[in-house]
Amino acid sequence: MHIVIIGNGIAGISTARHLRKLGDHQITVISSETDFFWSRTALMYIFMGHMTFEHTKPYEDHFWKKNRIQLLRNFVTGIDPAGKTVSLAEGGSLRYDKLVLATGSKSARYGWPGQDLAGVQGMVSYQDLRSMEQFARDTQRAVIVGGGLIGIEMAEMWLSRHIPVTFLVREKSFWNKILPAEESAMITEEIRHHGIDLRLGDELKEILPDENGRVKAIVTGKGDTIDCQFVGLTAGVVPNVSLAKGTEIEVGRGFLVNEYLETSVPDIYAIGDCAELRQPGHRRRAIEAVWYTGKLMGPVLAKTIAGQKTPYRQGVWFNSAKFMNIEWQTYGDVPAEIGGDLDSIFWQDTKASRLVRIVFDTSTKAVIGFNALGIRLRKEVCLRWIETGTPLEEVLARLELANFDPEFYAAYEAGLREAYAGRFGQKIQPKAKARLSDVFRFLQPSR
Amino acid sequence: MQPNPSLSLSNPEVRHLSAMHKIALALVGLGLLLMVNALLGGASADWMLWLLLGSLGGGGLLYAYAEYAHKPAGIQNNGAWFFSESARGSVGWIMGVVFTMFYVSLYWFPEWLGLSADGNHTGLVALFNPLSYLLKGQPASQWFVYGSFYTLAILVLGTKFIWKYRHSRYQVIRTSSVMFFQLGFAFLIPEILEGLNPDKGYFGKDIKNVWPLDYDFFYDWHLNNLLAGGSLGLSMLVWGIAMFLVVSPVLTYFFGKRWYCSWVCGCGGLAETAGDPFRHLSDKSVKSWKIERWLIHSVLILSVWMTVAVLYTFYQNNQGTAFWVSKEMFVWGTSALLLAGAGALFFWRKRFEHIRQDLRWLISGLLVATVGVMAIGMFSGSQHILGVDSYKLRQWYGFFIGATFSGVVGVGFYPLMGTRVWCRFGCPMAAILGLQQRFFSRFRITTNGGQCISCGNCSTYCEMGIDVRAYAQRGQNVVRASCVGCGICAAVCPRGVLKLENGPNTDESRMDAFMY
Repeated sequence: MHIVIIGNGIAGISTARHLRKLGDHQITVISSETDFFWSRTALMYIFMGHMTFEHTKPYEDHFWKKNRIQLLRNFVTGIDPAGKTVSLAEGGSLRYDKLVLATGSKSARYGWPGQDLAGVQGMVSYQDLRSMEQFARDTQRAVIVGGGLIGIEMAEMWLSRHIPVTFLVREKSFWNKILPAEESAMITEEIRHHGIDLRLGDELKEILPDENGRVKAIVTGKGDTIDCQFVGLTAGVVPNVSLAKGTEIEVGRGFLVNEYLETSVPDIYAIGDCAELRQPGHRRRAIEAVWYTGKLMGPVLAKTIAGQKTPYRQGVWFNSAKFMNIEWQTYGDVPAEIGGDLDSIFWQDTKASRLVRIVFDTSTKAVIGFNALGIRLRKEVCLRWIETGTPLEEVLARLELANFDPEFYAAYEAGLREAYAGRFGQKIQPKAKARLSDVFRFLQPSR
Repeated sequence: MQPNPSLSLSNPEVRHLSAMHKIALALVGLGLLLMVNALLGGASADWMLWLLLGSLGGGGLLYAYAEYAHKPAGIQNNGAWFFSESARGSVGWIMGVVFTMFYVSLYWFPEWLGLSADGNHTGLVALFNPLSYLLKGQPASQWFVYGSFYTLAILVLGTKFIWKYRHSRYQVIRTSSVMFFQLGFAFLIPEILEGLNPDKGYFGKDIKNVWPLDYDFFYDWHLNNLLAGGSLGLSMLVWGIAMFLVVSPVLTYFFGKRWYCSWVCGCGGLAETAGDPFRHLSDKSVKSWKIERWLIHSVLILSVWMTVAVLYTFYQNNQGTAFWVSKEMFVWGTSALLLAGAGALFFWRKRFEHIRQDLRWLISGLLVATVGVMAIGMFSGSQHILGVDSYKLRQWYGFFIGATFSGVVGVGFYPLMGTRVWCRFGCPMAAILGLQQRFFSRFRITTNGGQCISCGNCSTYCEMGIDVRAYAQRGQNVVRASCVGCGICAAVCPRGVLKLENGPNTDESRMDAFMY
């Protein structure tokens, strides 16, 4: 059986690696982006000089040959599901028995005037990195449009080159559609603290060209004109679905897939950023364009293709990021607006930019989500609490089990228990220590 | 359009230097000029030494302040792979050559530094007389000069490191510890003790240095000095033996080898502080790991043989008994101990089922070491060990391992091969601690579920060349013999995936993270 995978990102590569673990099929991974798998999440660190491109390859180059995963540097121009072939830009075509679409996403562009000028781009691919490097040579101010995770990364990148940044964010506070108010405020403050010209409540209206077709300024919704030589478009990403053209593959925003990650056409699957689940889980999105989705879907799809049909279940949501110097981890459900049948308690140390929030169900008191800024939580423990609907009091009493901060870091657990006492007038006595043996006992009581 | 390079604002290879940076660099330059002046035999006066130390130290501290004080606390690796000094550029190569030459002159041509056979030292050595007289009432030697520079480097660049990592209490405390042990245990106490006991042989020795890193601990001149050193000498002898037999295994069991390698050790101390700008230059390939395993364990076996051979000669020269045991008891006792170790490992092999391959290697290594020790006992004459002069043997060891490997290559190559070349490929102490860490320790680096994004920061900044990411992205804990527990992988991880932890060492739970 020949399995062809289009895209060598985390989704495609996870599928390939697990397929190899499960059997002896012929595996081909096609990419027009790079020869080898690299970690897209590390893109910013290459630009900032923390790493070279080589360092971002999770496997040494000999790994692929050893594991008989054929890597093909080419661009797929079309799919012929009837003939079971894909056609390649650099001539010829390739027969497949099973086809995996792992084409990822591209930057969203909303039809802004001037969005195709030189010096205007998003930040997703290796090619985006190269072109940013080109434009960096004569950029004296960069404007970034869209306050999300990629936007803040891009701002940090420019700062590392001592190039001033203007950051246009439509919301009144950074990323406040995702983060609750206190978290959003802390990150907003962090952005300003780094000397970024953050403009909240403003948006891009128009990009102005110079005589060479390069961006020279932008005009904002409030009517300000800002001189700049680079515009980063980071208002989200959209799935790469152009390959569906001329086929029967059903497309919503992404390639529509069922729980087995099958598209509407037999033997064609879609996975990762480009896949749109027909039936997402409760309070979950149909497209979850994050690294972890590709990493989790890969092994599941590999099983299905190898003959052990396995459904993809979204599980408890988790995500992480780093906003300048503040790390963020989130587990479970933490809506930006916490109200109705949900409530939360939180502790924060604004001076040290640390915050923990625990969201719970007001009726059952069951904990349903965690947010941590500047603090590391032990994922397994948090997920266990969420999965088993552990009551808030019990979680607070054993909160030390979830401490994943480096040794000697200041504790915050007492602070959260105090916050609870302040709200509910009831003192909670700590019942656990931050010892690994206790964590073992908690996670594996049978041991 | 063609970008005009002359308008370039963002040439990443150019550091942005403030006025304060430049003043700091000028101070360091002044210190270097004073050094060159001394090396060339220029005029020497007391004030020149204080000015030299002051300008190097003050310049270093001022540079650190200029570099980090105004930046928000956090990871400061911007440009590490752009700048010439930290990315094997021309500055890096020049530094490598200068460091290497310094070590070459220190070990083999101390006369270049001004050492003189008649005791009337000149040059750099003589320049350090005021400090040496202050501490121990004796003129300086090339080793005193070296010790002073070494300590200065750890103190000044340790402060720089603390500034750089001020957001991390683990890093701050660990670096303070390294600075404390260097200043007190390696420099001040030994020098002062030597000054107080001028008639009692040799005390001017780093007292936290442990056999087998301290490979001349069991040399006859050293033992004789300790034995002739009264209660102080004897207590140092007992301390030295207790360190590697009891203290070290116990601490390594509870905390991993980090208690020594990145909290106490001088070699580690220099690597962690002065070497910090070069930590990312270590090779992470599987191939280099293979070379590392063969090399470091060969050095370990060699150091055991060399020590046994040297002690054997010591016995011969002391009519066959010393330390209340005869030479036969010593040789056969050592063999029996090594053999018992191999036997015990074999007996409890089930416990190491999950690292079966490693266990085989360890048992084989112990057997090879045993055979060598037994051969020394059976085929050696008074001075000749297996037909080789034991003095020659230790001379070779001193030349190849003690000087060339640990000094010239170990530190000289910082800017080219990263900071832990010696610790990783050569140090026999690190090898012993490493084996303990792999087989009998509660230490591990825990991986936090499946949250790794494979970015590679951890691997890149691992000075020991461990491909940390290979474990993290599989959701495995890192339990590697070579890990010195510096904690930088956990610090640079942008997703909070890694944590240095001590916990139960019951079964494979130490190796495998919980996966979700």
